[in-house]
Amino acid sequence: MVELKIRQPVKQQDHPDPAEIPPLAFGAMADSKPYPAKVEHQKAIGFPGELVDDWKERAIDKLGELVSQSRGLRVYLDTCVKCGACTDKCHYFLGTGDPNNMPVARQDLLRKVYRRYFTFAGKYFPWLVGAEDLTEEVLDEWYTYFHQCSQCRRCSVYCPYGIDTAEVSMAAREIMDSVGKGQKYCNEIIGKVHKFGNNLGLQEKAHRATLEDLEEDIEDETGVAVRLPLDEKGADILLVTPSADFFAEPHIDGLIGYAKVFHQAGASWTISSYASEAANFGLFIGSQENMRKMALRIHKAAKQLKVKRIIFGECGHAWRAAYNFMNTLAGPFDFLDQRYPIPQHICEYTYDLIQKGALNLDKSQNDHIRLTFHDSCNISRASRMGDKPGGQFEIPRAILRASCNHFYDMPEDTIREATFCCGGGGGLLTDELMDLRKKGAQPRMRALQQVADEHGVTHMAAICAICKTQFAKVMPEYGFEMDNIVSVHQMVSNAIILDGQIMDGDETEETDSSGNGADAGEM
Amino acid sequence: MLTTIYALLFYGATIVLVAGISLRVWQYSKTPAPLKIPTTPAPVTLGGVVVRMAREVVLFESLFKANKWIWLFGWVFHAALLLVVMRHLRYFTEPVWSWVALMQPLGLYAGFAMVAGLLGLWARRIIVPRIRYISAPSDHLMLALIVAIGLSGLAMKYVARTDIVALKAFFLGLIYFDWQPIPADPLLLVHLTLVAVLMIIFPVSKLLHAPGLFFSPSRNQVDNARERRHVAPSWSALQTNTSAKR
Repeated sequence: MVELKIRQPVKQQDHPDPAEIPPLAFGAMADSKPYPAKVEHQKAIGFPGELVDDWKERAIDKLGELVSQSRGLRVYLDTCVKCGACTDKCHYFLGTGDPNNMPVARQDLLRKVYRRYFTFAGKYFPWLVGAEDLTEEVLDEWYTYFHQCSQCRRCSVYCPYGIDTAEVSMAAREIMDSVGKGQKYCNEIIGKVHKFGNNLGLQEKAHRATLEDLEEDIEDETGVAVRLPLDEKGADILLVTPSADFFAEPHIDGLIGYAKVFHQAGASWTISSYASEAANFGLFIGSQENMRKMALRIHKAAKQLKVKRIIFGECGHAWRAAYNFMNTLAGPFDFLDQRYPIPQHICEYTYDLIQKGALNLDKSQNDHIRLTFHDSCNISRASRMGDKPGGQFEIPRAILRASCNHFYDMPEDTIREATFCCGGGGGLLTDELMDLRKKGAQPRMRALQQVADEHGVTHMAAICAICKTQFAKVMPEYGFEMDNIVSVHQMVSNAIILDGQIMDGDETEETDSSGNGADAGEM
Repeated sequence: MLTTIYALLFYGATIVLVAGISLRVWQYSKTPAPLKIPTTPAPVTLGGVVVRMAREVVLFESLFKANKWIWLFGWVFHAALLLVVMRHLRYFTEPVWSWVALMQPLGLYAGFAMVAGLLGLWARRIIVPRIRYISAPSDHLMLALIVAIGLSGLAMKYVARTDIVALKAFFLGLIYFDWQPIPADPLLLVHLTLVAVLMIIFPVSKLLHAPGLFFSPSRNQVDNARERRHVAPSWSALQTNTSAKR
């Protein structure tokens, strides 16, 4: 049977606590920093190519500008009382022990400069309040440690004032960008979106070919002609999904899932080659201008394709950017059908269909999987699904429970609003940060190990492209297989029985559809 | 002479405190919140936000989730401080309001609880390496200041009693601009000086967390970005969607 081939968990009787507090390891991550952006990456998105001569003055000016334009940043820099509530809440601190990865210490890297130049106490009594001049060393510290924050907002949940380190790290990155000290991974990708419409630099012809291949695969598998339309004017629904869904595993199985759901619902939908990306890395670098430019692509595509609705695929920060910011940055979307949420999440769409009984889901198709669910941080703590607070936790779980027989949640203090980041969010999903990513995944991996041992859990579903890519990379480091991470809509895809689908009781067929590895020969 | 010094000190401290906090509140309210950033799950109605804020202000809900020890010491300190301040109203009102008269014994116990809570917080600041690491000299000094205020106050009740009738006359005199002599009791003068210092540094210190909490967008925003387009004043220049017309 299939499950015997899947990982045999190393039986551990005593489970290490996912939130176990490490001893302080001073300077443990001082050498972890991402590759700097090249001149052309910087210039393509409106920043100086390299560190400008008067960087210090410009950085201080920029900080002052940001503080005067963001109530959140100003309040967050002013109100911290150093109570220590957040000190053990960051997965990077738990995984590395580096004290600068304690949220308050990370904020203080910026706060000490803010205090020095913008507050009475810091101007006249710097030694008293820990205020410091902006120096090259401080700028270097910023680059190092503000690229060890995945902007997951876990600390913000526990702060008595709601201080959000994500906002602070975004501001720090924006200041660094504005003086020419950018990060390659994010800035190169943002440039690609402005140019090609997606993070990959995938162009229309290749995009169309990819979708056509997928259509063939689905038809081969099910005998049903399920379409993945591109640039179809007059379709009702525009699907905006992370471009990883077009090529990476297990993302692509999620895309197949959306297509099957749309097909079964009889929906008319399309993908846009112009706005072929849900991700919005402008968020990670705190650049509202870049975020806005990317959001406007979606607005423009929706208008040109004359769609009535916009639905987003599985992606964490993209859903935050869409749910909370798109309307502000690129709205109003008054040309869309106002009876539907703008935008809508694919999970909300699928959940509604399940509630109406419009999908035929055979849970036993997933009997080879014992599943748990990883709440993605930006969905959990920075957005919502459905009309009730917390719908972002219940709706994906309801979809999974409707799609499989064996579902088990990880320990309560590691899920929902307390969820741990995958370790690769916030613009850190780049190879040179692999050590950080691996260590940052530790709390989540420990929680997974616990349900693996206690309930025989074999797979973890995620609802975010970054989470999926990160887990596929780091799970092998923790004794799991790279294909133990699955898309939520992959589970739907496995379970859904399309009208007219050829049902094959043949065991080999099932092995194929469950193996879902890159080498399964299905793609 | 002494009376003049303390009278001017308290007028000055009051002006600094009120003006300083007003200035901050004005500054916070004038600074735009460009985007919707509530920490979710968040209330979807304004009423829900009021309840959320009330739970934060009264119960320290987030802190409770975070760390039971910090919550215990912090909440006990703040609740006790409130009672102590309420008890002190009797020095500023004539006749004393009946509920203030009734809660006098409670205010006394609160004095001890306040100091105990502060010492608990201070002990953690010294003993727990994580919190020691993030502490600046001002964090210790602030605790020292409030502990000293508490101890000097308790000492006047239980060790060397002061002339509270004359003290009350002094403060009522300040309020009605009819100055009365201040009792020249060293313990009282220490207590009053420290309180004035606290009032003066309030607007330029971390004590700003009190007004700050109410302006924290992660806590005070309604989760309704899809239902109502959020437009901040600073964003008005971009409100007109240029691409839509292209």
